[in-house]
Amino acid sequence: MAKDKKHNTEIVTQSQWFDSDSVTIPMLQLLKEDGSLHKGVEMPEYDKDLIVKIHDTMLFIRTLDERMIAAQRQGRISFYLASRGEEAESVASAAALDQGDMIMGQYREQGALAYRGFTVEQFMNQLFSNEQDLGKGRQMPVHYGCRELNFMTISSPLGTQIPQATGYAFGQKMDKTGKCTICYFGEGAASEGDFHAALNMASVYKVPVIFFCRNNGYAISTPSQGEQYGGDGIAPRGIGYGIKTIRVDGNDVFAVLKATQEARRLAVEEDEPVLIEAMSYRMSGHSTSDDPTGYRTRDEEDEWKVKDPLERLQKWMLNEGWLTEEHITSQHEKVKASVLAALKEAEKVPAPHIDELINDVYDQPNELLKEQLEELKEHIRKYPDAYPKTSGRLD
Amino acid sequence: MAKMNLLQAINSALDLAMAKHDNVYSFGEDTGGFGGVFRATSGLTEKYGKHRNFNTPLVEQGIIGFANGLASQGSYAVAEIQFGDYIFPAFDQIVNESAKFRYRSGNEFNVGGLTIRTPYGGGIAGGHYHSQSPEAYFAHTPGLKIVMPRNPYEAKGLLLSSIFDPNPVLFMEPKRLYRASTGDVPEEEYTIPLGQAEVVKEGADITLLAWGAQMEMTEKAAELAEKDGVSCEIIDLRTILPWDVKTVTESVLKTGRLVISQEAPITSGFASEIAATVQDKCFLYLESPIARVCGLDVPYPLCHEKEYMADHLKIYEAIKRTMNY
Repeated sequence: MAKDKKHNTEIVTQSQWFDSDSVTIPMLQLLKEDGSLHKGVEMPEYDKDLIVKIHDTMLFIRTLDERMIAAQRQGRISFYLASRGEEAESVASAAALDQGDMIMGQYREQGALAYRGFTVEQFMNQLFSNEQDLGKGRQMPVHYGCRELNFMTISSPLGTQIPQATGYAFGQKMDKTGKCTICYFGEGAASEGDFHAALNMASVYKVPVIFFCRNNGYAISTPSQGEQYGGDGIAPRGIGYGIKTIRVDGNDVFAVLKATQEARRLAVEEDEPVLIEAMSYRMSGHSTSDDPTGYRTRDEEDEWKVKDPLERLQKWMLNEGWLTEEHITSQHEKVKASVLAALKEAEKVPAPHIDELINDVYDQPNELLKEQLEELKEHIRKYPDAYPKTSGRLD
Repeated sequence: MAKMNLLQAINSALDLAMAKHDNVYSFGEDTGGFGGVFRATSGLTEKYGKHRNFNTPLVEQGIIGFANGLASQGSYAVAEIQFGDYIFPAFDQIVNESAKFRYRSGNEFNVGGLTIRTPYGGGIAGGHYHSQSPEAYFAHTPGLKIVMPRNPYEAKGLLLSSIFDPNPVLFMEPKRLYRASTGDVPEEEYTIPLGQAEVVKEGADITLLAWGAQMEMTEKAAELAEKDGVSCEIIDLRTILPWDVKTVTESVLKTGRLVISQEAPITSGFASEIAATVQDKCFLYLESPIARVCGLDVPYPLCHEKEYMADHLKIYEAIKRTMNY
């Protein structure tokens, strides 16, 4: 067959049109909804300790989310973003990584951070914007970040972390670190220009990055199918950019673990960027600021309840003898108690000192900022009652 | 010392920075082996390899997103945006990401190694989209530094400072002067501090303030005014953000008069910010209103470029008006 050499493409003499049916991407599932494994499946690398840690982290996050939504309803924190229904995606993918790999999240990956070892106290300090928060109380709740755990601080604008992940991974490759970067985002954020820039650049530079799309069916209220995209989801885009791509059941711990283990090997050993599209469902609202009954039916939610990732894993573990009902109950109670205790402590910790207002804008505060801070302090001294958070300790 | 034009000075700064540290990377559209559309990066691929100086796909938001990530990893990322007019797809990455990276993380992470180089300004028959001076958009963003050099010596010293400054820097190069401006430039490394204006010429009657390519216009206008017996003090602001309030106000306290010139449209330009601060700090010392000589509030025009520009004659007229107020 003749070939156009410049574009490396075959020449045909009759029109051939292609559409999204030309490439159909299946979904990897190892663990069935009933908690039993498909026959003859190739399992990821795992042992009991790993699976128990994954389970306990998922349970921790679910309990934390429940308690913090309640705390928001009580007016104790301003805002919260839950990850109910998507715990397998963040936790099992993090479990496939090295502790030295960089995680760049969107804002619904608290499971990955918990898996890395972020403590309940650290979660609380951020949620209460107190002076012990690593982020110095400057961002809304759930915008976690921790250098020690290689978890990049979350930023609200959607998709900005995706090309940054490509750049970070480029640096890892050039420094011969043997590490990779995983970048999480939703199917809605994949509409942003930054997504396309990131995948294209990663493909060109062959960097060790894992793009992990959590396709949870909704971007706030906008359903993915037909309103966020017209094609077959996000996975085909990876192929379009020349990136190795897989679609997995995001509610199946084993499928997520296996895909991410393979992705990490491709990224680190072969400098291959990878796209994983994990299919799941956001069981909670987008945040505490929206009410899902306004845009979806109870029937639809019920359909997904039976696919719940945590219950599915628990069924398998119970059957395997790796878990008991007592462990689930006691673990749940233990986490609940620790969350409540940490919450009460964090509430009492004061806000960061007013001097922190001008730190970290630059590496050092400049004269202009110092002048503005002094003017502000003078004003607060004049009207201390109007600024109770800081007026008590200005010096 | 060597005779260099502004492009050669920039090329020399990049060369020295890349020689100094293995993790300095230079990239942008056509900046690889070809050396960029203005040739600012020529020779760097040959010298440091295509992994250190390389082409990017044609996507400005991707270039800066990538650069933010690379800088956050600890490398020095020197990204070129081919024209300042094309920086806007990257506005979100610069304003919401680069500028806030350190602050929002409580200093857990930063992109101090980031430098964005971009040619700006008119006078080259570039029409709407190869002529703009967009510094004021970015000057409204805490966390960024903005630097605009006036000649080859300044360009090299300021660029070396920008690359190794522990904060993200937007380095805007006056493209009209790329080849037109030449001068003696040391071949070795040297730096010029950021955030410090320079009194280029001392004078007693009036302060003339500008930055980048507008310095040339201002110096020409001063020559005309000096013939009329006006003693002009000329200041190059050099760093737009954070700007050197002290040097400027000290000068105005001495002269009592200020003319500021910028290439960009007058409304909401950086000259307005300076005028507001100076009237606040020097109110009782001012002999006349602060004058701004700027571009008109129109998109940058091709056929009326000469009429549009804040040239030396317009500045000269403003000096006379200010002196005779």
